[in-house]
Amino acid sequence: MSAFVVGVDVGGTFTDVFVLDEAEGAIRIAKVPSTFGDQSRGFIEGIGDAVDDFAQIRTVVHGTTVGTNALLERKGARTGIITTEGFRDVLEMRRRDRPATWGLRGSFEPVVDRGDRLEVAERVLADGSVLEPVDAAAVQDRARALSTAGCEAVCVFFINGYANSANETQAVEAVRRVWPNAYVSAATEILPEIREFERLSTATLNAYLQPAVSSYLDRLQSGLKQRDFGGDVLIVQSNGGVMAVESAKRYPVRTALSGPAAGVIAAKAIAGAAGFENLITCDMGGTSFDVSLVAGGKAAIAAQTSIDFGMVVRTPMIEITTIGAGGGSIAYLDQSGLLQVGPESAGSNPGPVCYGLGNTRPTVTDANLLLGRINPERPIGGKLEKLDVAAARAAMEAVIAGPLDLSVEEAAEAVIRLANAKMAGAIRLVSIERGHDPAKFTAMPFGGGGALHTGALIKEVGLGAALVPRFPGVTSALGCVVADMRHDRVQTVNRLLAQTDFAALQSEMTAVAEATEAVVRGSGIAFERIERSYEFDMLYLGQTHSIAVPLEIPPEGLDQAAVTAAFEAAYRAAYGRLLENIPIRLMNYRVTVTGRRPAFDMGVFAPAGGRPAADCAIGSREVYAEGRFWTATVYERLELEAGALVPGPALLEQADATIFIDPGLSGRVDGFGNLIISDREGQQ
Amino acid sequence: MEIDAVTLAILKGRFEQIADEMDATLFRAAFNPIIAEAHDASHGLYDAETGMTLVQGKSGLPIFVGAMAFAVKSVIDKAGPDGHAPGDLWIFNDPYDGGTHLSDFRLVKPLFHDGRLFCFLASVGHWHDVGGNVPGNYNPAATEVFQEGMLIPPVKLYDKGELRQDIIDILSANSRLPLSLYGDLNGQINALDLGERRMTALLEEYGEATAGACLRQLKERAATMMRAQIAALPDGTVSAEDWLDNDGIVDEPLKIALDLTVEKDRMVMDFSRSSPACQGPVNISRATAVAACYTALKHIFGEVPANAGVLEPVEFRIAEDSLLSVKAPKPVGGYTETILRMIDVVFQAVAQLAPEKTVACAYGTINALSMAGHRANGARWVMFSFFGGGHGGHHQDDGLNHGNAPISTATIPPLEILEAAYPVRFTQWALRPDSGGPGRHRGGLGAVYEIELLEESADAFLFGERGKFPPQGIAGGAPAAANRFTYQQADGAHEPPMVSKMVGIHIARGQRVRLETPGGGGYGDPQSRDPQIVARDVARGFVSPEAARRDYGVSLDPAGAVDQAATARLRHPKDEKEPA
Repeated sequence: MSAFVVGVDVGGTFTDVFVLDEAEGAIRIAKVPSTFGDQSRGFIEGIGDAVDDFAQIRTVVHGTTVGTNALLERKGARTGIITTEGFRDVLEMRRRDRPATWGLRGSFEPVVDRGDRLEVAERVLADGSVLEPVDAAAVQDRARALSTAGCEAVCVFFINGYANSANETQAVEAVRRVWPNAYVSAATEILPEIREFERLSTATLNAYLQPAVSSYLDRLQSGLKQRDFGGDVLIVQSNGGVMAVESAKRYPVRTALSGPAAGVIAAKAIAGAAGFENLITCDMGGTSFDVSLVAGGKAAIAAQTSIDFGMVVRTPMIEITTIGAGGGSIAYLDQSGLLQVGPESAGSNPGPVCYGLGNTRPTVTDANLLLGRINPERPIGGKLEKLDVAAARAAMEAVIAGPLDLSVEEAAEAVIRLANAKMAGAIRLVSIERGHDPAKFTAMPFGGGGALHTGALIKEVGLGAALVPRFPGVTSALGCVVADMRHDRVQTVNRLLAQTDFAALQSEMTAVAEATEAVVRGSGIAFERIERSYEFDMLYLGQTHSIAVPLEIPPEGLDQAAVTAAFEAAYRAAYGRLLENIPIRLMNYRVTVTGRRPAFDMGVFAPAGGRPAADCAIGSREVYAEGRFWTATVYERLELEAGALVPGPALLEQADATIFIDPGLSGRVDGFGNLIISDREGQQ
Repeated sequence: MEIDAVTLAILKGRFEQIADEMDATLFRAAFNPIIAEAHDASHGLYDAETGMTLVQGKSGLPIFVGAMAFAVKSVIDKAGPDGHAPGDLWIFNDPYDGGTHLSDFRLVKPLFHDGRLFCFLASVGHWHDVGGNVPGNYNPAATEVFQEGMLIPPVKLYDKGELRQDIIDILSANSRLPLSLYGDLNGQINALDLGERRMTALLEEYGEATAGACLRQLKERAATMMRAQIAALPDGTVSAEDWLDNDGIVDEPLKIALDLTVEKDRMVMDFSRSSPACQGPVNISRATAVAACYTALKHIFGEVPANAGVLEPVEFRIAEDSLLSVKAPKPVGGYTETILRMIDVVFQAVAQLAPEKTVACAYGTINALSMAGHRANGARWVMFSFFGGGHGGHHQDDGLNHGNAPISTATIPPLEILEAAYPVRFTQWALRPDSGGPGRHRGGLGAVYEIELLEESADAFLFGERGKFPPQGIAGGAPAAANRFTYQQADGAHEPPMVSKMVGIHIARGQRVRLETPGGGGYGDPQSRDPQIVARDVARGFVSPEAARRDYGVSLDPAGAVDQAATARLRHPKDEKEPA
């Protein structure tokens, strides 16, 4: 009997399914259109395309955009807030910011209307002392009012709750007594961390998402059950780890970047197997280019992100830097005649000029087409029959080439060079600007168009190489299958080191770690091992931004000397110089518990029955690069054998991606079916 | 040397990235929240000969864009020809030499490549305390700069790579918060070191000739772009006037008047009719005045880049020794209030030419409020922050509630951070009803902040504006609510005689200070606002039923729904009088 592990990534256009047959060591892939309204239908259909008998599936792992979309489209539940008297506008006042530096335009509608934000008398001070206890009856009045008004979820948020959550906890219990509802939460249950707006925003968005995400996951579970599925369902979190479906219902805000995180996890696993520990992932879509850094086999993690202006989510998440440069980015000349590309985008509808859907302004994709890098007869994605080269040419001539007195090819190459420069800037931002040497990093493109640009990025940023996975289009679904389980906890301490009782702190941290580990063990998933790690947020007294200080609890126990040494090492690495005679503050501790799932054998991607490069050539195209035309051989990518060498200029085609190997670079297929592009491969 | 369009576009991105990265480095490492949270700092690249702005970071304080050029120029003048060497680093805060106010310390570093001076890198940051009569340096009672803090002319902090510790000793000895000063200074040095490394790598990659030619072309293109923006405005002369409440010393309003002329692709900004220099600290230097205009123009014409070329087609007429071009030792500590008012008059003037291009006035005061005292153990504490208000309505939408000032991208520190650091508690942190200027598109709401002291005693200091002259609307929109400050003492509640400026307000444990900030001005006739949206504003508590009736001509029934008939009567009283 087989045992399948199934990864499902539901994107805006397609639902990708990746199935690992553990018994056979084989994989299957399915791609079906995403179903709008209820994504769970496409989800079940997609699995059904690849697996006949759902009873044979052991685990389904899901990267979801249901939460993200509900936030972006403001389609969460009507939510109420019960808060400290005097503070009902914290959510709406944000941190007194604005959407853009210049222009003073833009507005903000919080997800909870002012009428649904009710106050009660109570107050805790910053030192944790209770100045005024909370009156349960008053809380219950507010709860009834919110319930009557039609709220489905409620968040109880009190000022300084991070320092002492007693009032908040009592209030939540009072609410539950009069309003039995799964969607009642205390802000400190979601995030017991100082900074009222960030805590409230995170907790409110969590409450706002709970009903929608819970019902989606219920539908998904019952749909699977109807097909006799009896295994576990796991959900990918923004931090790149998975959680049990019950955790996801409780903490839906942790799925805000679920899909992109799965992609990064897959990239890390694929590259790791191929021997690359330092990686920059590049996901190029229609409007944006997302990059993320993996250094020493670890993905960079950010403490918070904004889903949209004022919609702050503060939970650890894989750090993804986005710039407005995608295939649909529009090229134009500004009022001074300077060439610009993006951030305005034609998106996928009308899309690039060559789609023939009405856009007349040239885009990055049009430029790639005019340079011969895209096959007009074989558009990727399968939506269009062919691309309109003449229309793209006319647009490039009218908007760029004519005014700049360039040939159409020169103009198209200028557009690509500028787009590449923007992408290079994003890569520098996450690498050089963080002190990493780009020569030690490998670019990994995924998505359909990214592999057209990676060669140029190698040259522009000085990256060591690029690695194009065998199936760039289903990377996120693969990521679901390989992700570990991960739970993060945080607690604000806010003490100077000299005033900290380290023995008490250590026992508290250990207790939190044990409770978290119990959640991981309780998921019923088999792990190879379970790991704990600890991190402090620390700063010099007087600073406002802390730095992350990873540390291990020494066998003899935590003490001031060990913690100081860890801080100084981290501070020196971040800023170069230490500051003398300034007390050090411990702001938060963070505990991460990771359940390692069995390693995934990337050998399943080994190209079986491949052929030498010369046998896979299916023709040639004239491509324009570096100011001249070249004849590039076109290869059927998936038929290349391991070890096949492809000298640039060359084009490699497959159903979900096109790869361009620039002149001077060459590609080699490795034992896992990856294509490694660099300027060295040809010399081996 | 001709540079191709693509190299130019690529290098432009690289230069901007270097400036942005210097900003980010300082924001992360800074000690005081005015830099770390409020981003009251800026970095850029400046011309080796003239000091003109070549490239400025996008994330720093907008007002420094432009002002820094004058600071670099003063270092060039002081050092003299051939006066620079690799490893030099200058420091100063002289506000009359390209400065803003004493709190802003500038570091200027000559950048050498292959033994030749290529450009200057500069950093400016607002330090927490630089001495003077008032902790935090917003002293509304100052009549000379000497009461505002220490004044340091351009001196070398590093001489050919050698640190002059004596300079740091002098600076530290003159601050109430020397550790904060030391931390911020180090952050600025780190930022400039990083800028130097990045620029050196860029110059090695592209060569000095290409990089230099790019910088020159970017300036020319900025001028071309600005000319195109001006040419798109109708020709003509328009005038706008607005007022400061007082200078903190003499309770008389101060006028900021602008006569703005557009002629084809050139613009004249004539401030000659503005008030003469005043006794109190709301004077500004000419450099600061020009920078304020740049900031206003950049808000209106968002596309124009941050370099000196932008101001080439603009002529300034500012009278010598006036409020807007002051000489030493007239005090300048409250420069923020004056430049905010300048931005307001630019918006009001341009609105007469092209209302859809601009926004109504924002809340127009930074409200620097500090509280200071000693804890039971004798330790000194100084809490200092700026507070927010509403943004103006514009032709597309209402103004933003509780935004930051147009001259900055500052965020406000979390109140939990303030409560954890200082012996205070906030008793209110809320939007202020009826504070947004009525209009077809309402101004955003200001805020109410109320703070209670938890120690035995403390002194409060406020430097604010818009207490008498509220933020104006445009295109027929109405003004917002004015700023209001009250404080409790044993004998009851008080308001400062100068409305929003006061030093040494003594308060005791359990007493409170309360700041109610202005909203933004309205855009368009309030009588043309959709009554359903007015009803929603009332339901949310943004607008009172009385104000709905009075300002918008909208009558609501007891359930809060629009009373159509009564609204029609309020809005069109004439129709009723006509016989049916």
